[in-house]
Amino acid sequence: MATIFQGLGGAGAAAALTNSFDSKTLLLPSSSRLLAERKESSFLVARSDGSVNLNLGSSNGRGRRVDQLITNAVAVNLSSPLVLCLFCFLSKFGLFFIYSCFLFCFRRRLILLQLPLHRNLGKGRRINDVDGCHVKAITHELLLFEALREGLEEEMDRDPHVCVMGEDVGHYGGSYKVSKGLAEKYGDLRVLDTPIAENSFTGMGIGAAMTGLRPIVEGMNMGFLLLAFNQISNNCGMLHYTSGGQFTIPIVIRGPGGVGRQLGAEHSQRLESYFQSIPGIQMVACSTPYNAKGLMKAAIRSENPVILFEHVLLYNLKERIPDEEYICNLEEAEMVRPGEHVTILTYSRMRYHVMQAAKTLVNKGYDPEVIDIRSLKPFDLHMIGNSVKKTHCVLIVEECMRTGGIGASLTAAITENFHDYLDAPIVCLSSQDVPTPYAGTLEEWTVVQPSQIVTAVEQLCQKLQ
Amino acid sequence: MALSHLKSSSSGSNFLKPLATAFSLRRPISTSTDPLTVETSVPFTTHRCDPPSRTVETSPQELLSFFRDMATMRRMEIAADSLYKAKLIRGFCHLYDGQEAVAVGMEAAITKKDSIITAYRDHCTFLGRGGTLLEIFSELMGRQGGCSSGKGGSMHFYKKNSGFYGGHGIVGAQVPLGCGLAFAHKYNKDDAVAFALYGDGAANQGQLFEALNISALWDLPVILVCENNHYGMGTAEWRAAKSPSYYKRGDYVPGLKVDGMDAFAVKQACKFAKEHALKSGPIILEMDTYRYHGHSMSDPGSTYRTRDEISGVRQERDPIERIRKLIVAHDLATEKELKDIEKEVRKQVDEAIAQAKESPMPEPSELFTNVYAKGMGVESYGADRKEVRAVLP
Repeated sequence: MATIFQGLGGAGAAAALTNSFDSKTLLLPSSSRLLAERKESSFLVARSDGSVNLNLGSSNGRGRRVDQLITNAVAVNLSSPLVLCLFCFLSKFGLFFIYSCFLFCFRRRLILLQLPLHRNLGKGRRINDVDGCHVKAITHELLLFEALREGLEEEMDRDPHVCVMGEDVGHYGGSYKVSKGLAEKYGDLRVLDTPIAENSFTGMGIGAAMTGLRPIVEGMNMGFLLLAFNQISNNCGMLHYTSGGQFTIPIVIRGPGGVGRQLGAEHSQRLESYFQSIPGIQMVACSTPYNAKGLMKAAIRSENPVILFEHVLLYNLKERIPDEEYICNLEEAEMVRPGEHVTILTYSRMRYHVMQAAKTLVNKGYDPEVIDIRSLKPFDLHMIGNSVKKTHCVLIVEECMRTGGIGASLTAAITENFHDYLDAPIVCLSSQDVPTPYAGTLEEWTVVQPSQIVTAVEQLCQKLQ
Repeated sequence: MALSHLKSSSSGSNFLKPLATAFSLRRPISTSTDPLTVETSVPFTTHRCDPPSRTVETSPQELLSFFRDMATMRRMEIAADSLYKAKLIRGFCHLYDGQEAVAVGMEAAITKKDSIITAYRDHCTFLGRGGTLLEIFSELMGRQGGCSSGKGGSMHFYKKNSGFYGGHGIVGAQVPLGCGLAFAHKYNKDDAVAFALYGDGAANQGQLFEALNISALWDLPVILVCENNHYGMGTAEWRAAKSPSYYKRGDYVPGLKVDGMDAFAVKQACKFAKEHALKSGPIILEMDTYRYHGHSMSDPGSTYRTRDEISGVRQERDPIERIRKLIVAHDLATEKELKDIEKEVRKQVDEAIAQAKESPMPEPSELFTNVYAKGMGVESYGADRKEVRAVLP
């Protein structure tokens, strides 16, 4: 369920947008156009997919609820002169000042999109100006593991109950450097180096969470958490229920999983398919530095146990993220590329294979809509459903194995709920049902490759014709 | 042997030596099996048992084979290091150099009927069990000719016909398997034992103690060998274990602490342990050893220990140096001959690498083979067990 996130301190909070791979630029409409349309609307809404529309107060056939969905936006009442002055001071003077005064005169409420803070321009350029609204963008560039670390650090600063436990997270700094420097800053009691005993320290984390601490348990590789399956399933997932609501387990279990570069069968596991049946837990998968930090923070603040799936091959992704504090919604999917012809649902590393295929598809004249589902349990059927209603055909691309994977559950969920909107059976591309072989060529054939995605979309669209 | 007599007689006969060499009476490297005794470097420390003798029976042939095997292992691991940096080996690669004495000493004490199972640092153990260099390098490079057909990788070496059961990636998971091997030995009454190797990091796994309890209860012929190289990846043993005396951790199970850099101490301890296990059930051996490389190729190995420590151990306790000194002291070969052996070993390793580089990658169809054994059909026989009635899909 999406909620509107109210920023702190009005104009100071920054809204964030998803990373778009297409060349559509996000611009706030020019002030003159806005002024013209101001008469009918009462507010300007920034949407999480990066486009801006004016809510004309009535449905325009695209689904009202989607239009009202704002992940990060700030409501500013510009009728207060103090706020207005503050706002103008913080933004560049000029057109916006005049515009704001105009608004002030008309006493309109303005829900602001502060600025498009990051777009994938490939060269890390800063976006400082938006046409017609001179607002300053404040971002910094970092890698995904650094984004995770930032999220972790901010939450540890904010709440003294947050602690980290795992193998080599402390003095060594974490095997993927996610917790580097934290032990020096917070000490040995808050950043705990555990012996190699996953079952025990996961259980200990859950026990600590029962009393109100907020541990973050790191599995050095998600596959090692199989040793802790009993603790995660029985204690982490079920205690809130079996105790009649007395205990909450605000634990975060995180770690890298997925198929890496020839790591061997035991270290290339996709645990999301094993954990998805456990009632009582939430699962999210991050895929960009932006959502990694946002999901990490949201997971730590959540009262429910959350399993955060990272991917071994995505730790060195670089992106500009806002300086301002933000969180991502745990239950929400991310619109990566809006389109019209086919809905492609994916998550984690496969997002990048899909986007690579999307480039080819666009050249061939297709218009795929790519959604990074992000929330693996529960599924964001709202965004997915709206997409299905628009495109009428679905392709799921995942890294799980075919049997019993996330794709299998998602196929069932979509078919159950949106059967009438589908023009063709759902196609699900998953990894092969084999242990991941070591040999590089064999390993490549285990996971879905962009060329296979292109072929699948072509076949799917052909069926519809 | 004539010359050694000369040597051991009074120093006044030294003038004979240059004469002997002048007449090319230099005998070849000794391959005799005459008994020779060697003292272990340090005495054994025990827990609930009597220590074996410090004096080890060996022979010149054994000494030289130790040297050759350890030199091969050392060279192989260093070659794997360069191959990894050249990206021919990828993923995880855990090197064993520094710990060769454990593999070599253990082999000398047992037969191929006994089983060995270890964790992911298995290249040298595999070699000791009869694997060939070509198989090893092919597997490391993911080729068809590898010991696991290129599908296992560095952490999954196996050799069924000589009792090597792997090769396991998950820390500690191999110990219950090892106890299972011992159970099979007892069940089949074949007078063989199972050696379950693990590290100081794995020594804190719960499944180890569970398996140990069951083995002690059922008197299984299992020997748990803790290869204590003092660091569990990046965590030193004193930061991970309340009691780093791993040989004592068995509590009711006897234990023996051994200098793991001394191949003869290892050999003696394994022989002793095998006798004990066949008679009275499990025993724990702790091999005090050291690894020169980091935990794996992605670990520099210097963030949690000093370079002085590494070079100190290399100077004072290196297992190959120890054997070299022993050989030279007993005049079984000269320094030059030993260097020649090392050169030969180096050539063998290089040849194996070259051959492995040329060998083919696995066929695409190999992706789906060996997921199940012999398909999934279930055959149903008639009453006389001779006629196949049906094959279920």
